Parts: sequence; structure tokens; C-alpha cells
Amino acid sequence: MTDRLPGFATLAIHAGAQPDPTTGARNTPIYQTTSFVFNDADHAASLFGLQSFGNIYTRLGNPTTAVLEERVAALEGGTAAVATASGHAAQVTALQQLLRPGDEFIAARKLYGGSINQFSHAFKSFGWNVVWADPDDISTFERAVTPRTRAIFIESLANPSGSVTDIEAISAVARKAGVPLIVDNTLASPYLIRPIDHGADIVLHSLTKFLGGHGNSIGGIIVDAGTFDWSRDNKYPILSEPRPEYHGIKLQETFGNFAFAIACRVLGLRDLGAALSPFNAFLFLTGIETLPLRMQRHCDNAKAVAEWLSAHPAVNEVNYAGLTGNRYNNLARKYSPKGAGALFTFTLKGGYDAGVSLVSNLKLFSHLANIGDTRSLVIHPASTTHSQLTDEQKIQAGAGPDLVRLSIGLEDKEDLIADLDQALQA
Amino acid sequence: MNHDTYDDNYIRSILNNVKTIAMVGASPVNVRPSYFAFKYLAQRGYDMIPVNPGQVGKNLMGKPFVASLADIDRPIDMVDIFRNSNAALPLVKDALTLNPLPKVIWMQLGVRNDEACALAEAAGLQVVMNRCPKIEYGRLSSEISWMGVNSRTLSSKRAPVPTQGMRLSLNRVSVSGGGTNAADRAAQIKDDKNNNA
Ligand SMILES: Cc1ncc(COP(=O)(O)O)c(C=O)c1O
Repeated sequence: MTDRLPGFATLAIHAGAQPDPTTGARNTPIYQTTSFVFNDADHAASLFGLQSFGNIYTRLGNPTTAVLEERVAALEGGTAAVATASGHAAQVTALQQLLRPGDEFIAARKLYGGSINQFSHAFKSFGWNVVWADPDDISTFERAVTPRTRAIFIESLANPSGSVTDIEAISAVARKAGVPLIVDNTLASPYLIRPIDHGADIVLHSLTKFLGGHGNSIGGIIVDAGTFDWSRDNKYPILSEPRPEYHGIKLQETFGNFAFAIACRVLGLRDLGAALSPFNAFLFLTGIETLPLRMQRHCDNAKAVAEWLSAHPAVNEVNYAGLTGNRYNNLARKYSPKGAGALFTFTLKGGYDAGVSLVSNLKLFSHLANIGDTRSLVIHPASTTHSQLTDEQKIQAGAGPDLVRLSIGLEDKEDLIADLDQALQA
Repeated sequence: MNHDTYDDNYIRSILNNVKTIAMVGASPVNVRPSYFAFKYLAQRGYDMIPVNPGQVGKNLMGKPFVASLADIDRPIDMVDIFRNSNAALPLVKDALTLNPLPKVIWMQLGVRNDEACALAEAAGLQVVMNRCPKIEYGRLSSEISWMGVNSRTLSSKRAPVPTQGMRLSLNRVSVSGGGTNAADRAAQIKDDKNNNA
């Protein structure tokens, strides 16, 4: 007899959660505590030595956060997950396990502006060298591979352009190079795209966006697909060689297909310290329960607004992969058939000034630097999220000066269209 | 039988039914995976027997080491092989001389020997390869979930508060039976590598 597979909506509600053993509480309690008592000295030693399953200290793990981790791992089809204080913390924590000074990683040029900054500046100071490639031209990834390459990093749907990345093609490059493919799946969420099914070895999220979904908490998560063999050559000594601080344990040998997640926890969270607060984990869990409903509505609303905008005389071009005729429409149909996400950009015939005036005339859309809220949001990336990039980087990241980005929320689409209509006329 | 991925029910029935486990290659060194697994399974109520000819005369958690499977004084349900893949074949041959026969041959994470497996299966034994019984027990009981591991199981029942030495229920609803794309792909990558080597 084979096991039956519950569907996505069932997992979004149940995975990782079980009535509390002590109180019977059905919703996951917030274990707002720093630490957990040991049964005895032997128990403490075996927990610290990674020999037993259990809680020690909330920087390393927490029962509320663990429910969130298991739930996201289940939704993404991974073996394990590790939650972090933010999406950016997930990126640094994940890469810390793979890169040593002098190593390289290849990243798609089309990324969230903050990630471009993090990679170009902060990581450079660690001696981790980013090599940029163009996700619209797979050969640039092939050419970027060197003996020092340790990972490839892409976004499934890219922020802010909403463009769709050919995950399978880039996964083939990663596999040939013998390095893991890391996919930031923030914009799609596992409801739209499960990168592991397309060859990703590690999936990252800013939980801040669609998984949380309500604009109330900052958080991130790392999902281990369990697909990568870290011990086949000497490229990943953190995973394949004895760890001196854990009495010589070899992580992959001991933990098998979730060794990478363990490394992120027992080395990454332990040493970099970017742990998620249990209270935020609780808010993310509540958000994720409705992820499939919300994500579908985000997509349906975004498509309606994008279609309306493309017919508007003041609008130059709408870049939404969900529209027929868009250059990413075929990739969207392949990777994200339920919808192309909530995020898209457009340019106005009136250029930069028209963009600025649109933003100030809107009454329902909020002008702020976030995406993936119940509320519809608007921003001018060139002067905000991407302002620290050079003009060339802005254009390469899909954030030219004449461009406005929308993150479509869950309101009635008629009201969103009416708001844009009055703002474009004003 | 597919030995790249196992149905949860297969693993669950083995862990629910075996009682006596001989662990070949058990180490008294408390940072070795075999030591963790031995200790964990003993704490979960299995009757554990450490087998390691280099350690005879010593004890592991109060259990005396024996030199070989033939030296065990009672029937065993499962042989857990904590040795390299090449050692698995002679060990299975040894196991098949026991009377009564063990019911299960389990090869640890990283240990796989298809010839040994075929031999054991032909004699009617169940075989698991490249898995850790501690991890599988922790996963199926969801005890492992504290570290964000995907147990691939669901339950709406209130679990008892776990205490030391308690057997945990493994009878949760399975989510995917382990036959995930990811697991298949991992196996595939291993094969590619072996073929290239
Ligand atoms: C695609 C993407 N990745 C990562 C991040 C960073 O996440 P956080 O703000 O939670 O650190 C963001 C934030 O905007 C994002 O949009």
C-alpha cells in the first residue's frame, strides 16, 4: 500500500503542527522562552553534542519556530528548513556554509536590489566573490563557472521585474559544475513554484513577503532539498569534514540528506545568531494557513490590473509575465501556471515625472518599500529599493528610472483599478 | 523492490515490529554516529546488542560487546550494519547462517550493497539500505521536528508528553512516503557520479 499524498492546502494548515502534548492547545502555542531545562547532565551533554533531538536555547531552535520550519519544508518538498531573522539573514546563513574566503558564487543580475547590495559589498568583505550572470542568457552562467565556484543563486520570479527564470536550464549548469543551485522563491511562494521540483538544491525565502502575507513581521527561511552530495569532492569541507567544535562529527555522514539544514542551524544560527523570534514564527504560521487562497487572489487581481493598465492611454508598457505577448509568458506558463505572481512593473508615457505624480496621487495603494502584503503597494524602485545601485545595475536589475512597481494586494480589483484610474487622470 | 526510496509504511512496520537489534560496527566513541544511534534506539526501548570484535570485554550502555553475530545468545530481529558497503556482503552471509533467521537487514546512511540485498531478500528477509533507523524513528514519530526536519507525516491527535525510555507512536499519516522527486534526483545524481567515476 502506498501512502496517500495530502494536497498543498492541507499541508499549509497541518504540516509540522500537532496539538500541544502538555495542554492540548490546538493552535501552535508561542513558546516565548529563551531556554529549555535539561532532564539531567547526560541529557544536556547529548543535546549539545547533537546526539539527541530536543530544545536547548532559542537562538538554535524553538518549538514554535520548528513548526514553521517543518511546514515550509513540507510545502517546498524539502527535507528540512531553518528559519532566520530576515530574508537577508537566510542568504548570509546559507552561503556561510558553502563559501570560504576567495571562493566565488554566480548570481543572476536580476535580483532584489538589497541582495545585489549584500552580495556586492558585505559579502565582498568576507572574501566571497559574486560573479554576475544574465538569467535571460543561460550561456553567461556557463561561462561564469570556475574551479572556485561554490553555488549558483537565482530568484524564481525576480524582484522588481517579475520576470520568470528558467530554473531547469540553470539547474543543468549547476549540476554540470558540481555546485548547488540556490533559488530565492520569495516572490512565487511554493504555491506558485516549487523550485526543488525543477532542480533547486536549496530554497530561500524572505518570509516577510507572501508567506507571512500580512505585512506584520520580518523573517526568512532556508530549505534544504536534500539533493546535493556535499562529500563527493573537497569543495564543502564544513559538511564533509570533521567539525572540531562538535568533537569531530562529520555533518553529512551523521545527518544525511538534511545535513545542510543542520549546518545552517548548529553553525550558522549558533555563530551568526540571526534567529527568528518565536512570536514572528507564530504570525508566519497563521499567514501560511491561508497561503493558497491568498496567492491565487494576488495573481487574479494582478492579472486584472495589468490587463487594465496595458489598455490605458497614459501607460507605455506593462511588464507582467502573466500577459500574453510578454517575453516571459512562456516561462510563466511552464513554471507558474496558476498565475504569474502579484508583482509587476510598468512605465508611463510621461516618464519619470508621471511616475512620481502617480505615486503621490494614489489613495488606496500605499507608497512603501515592501511587497506581498494584503494591501496593494506601489514604489518607484529607482529612487528607493534600487537607489544604491549604479544606473547600469538599475537597468540590468529591471528597475530603470521611468519604472513603477506594483505589489497587488487582496482588495476588490475594481477598487484598485478605480484608484489607478483617478491617479492617472489627476 | 525499489531501494532508492522507501514507502513510509515499509519503514514503519519494520520499526514497529522489531525488538532485538544487533548493531554491527557499534562504536564506544561517543562522537560516532553508531554510538548516537545505539544510544537513541536503546532509549526508545529496543533490545540493543553491540557487535564489534575490537571491543569485546567492554560494554556499550551496559550491554557487552560481542565479536560476531554468531556469538549472540538470543534470537535477533534485525541486523543494523554500521560498516562500509563492501563489508555488507559477508555480514549478510553470516546473518543467513543464524537460526532463527533475523527478519530485517538494515544498512546505515551511506551503506549500500545491492548484491548483499538480493541475497537477503532471496532468503525472505526485508532490507533497508542507506538510511538511519534513529533518523527514521525520529521522523516517523515527529520527534525529529524540533530541528525543522520535514517528518513527512501529519497528525491531529494530541501526542503524549515524551519521557525518557518511552516508545513513541509511529502511526501518523504519511505525507509522501519518502518517494519525493528530490530523493529520486539525489539517487540519480549518485548514479551519474558512479558511472562517471
Ligand atoms: C526576493 C527577495 N529576497 C530577499 C529579500 C530580503 O528579505 P528581508 O527584507 O526579509 O531581509 C527581499 C526583500 O524585499 C526580496 O524581495
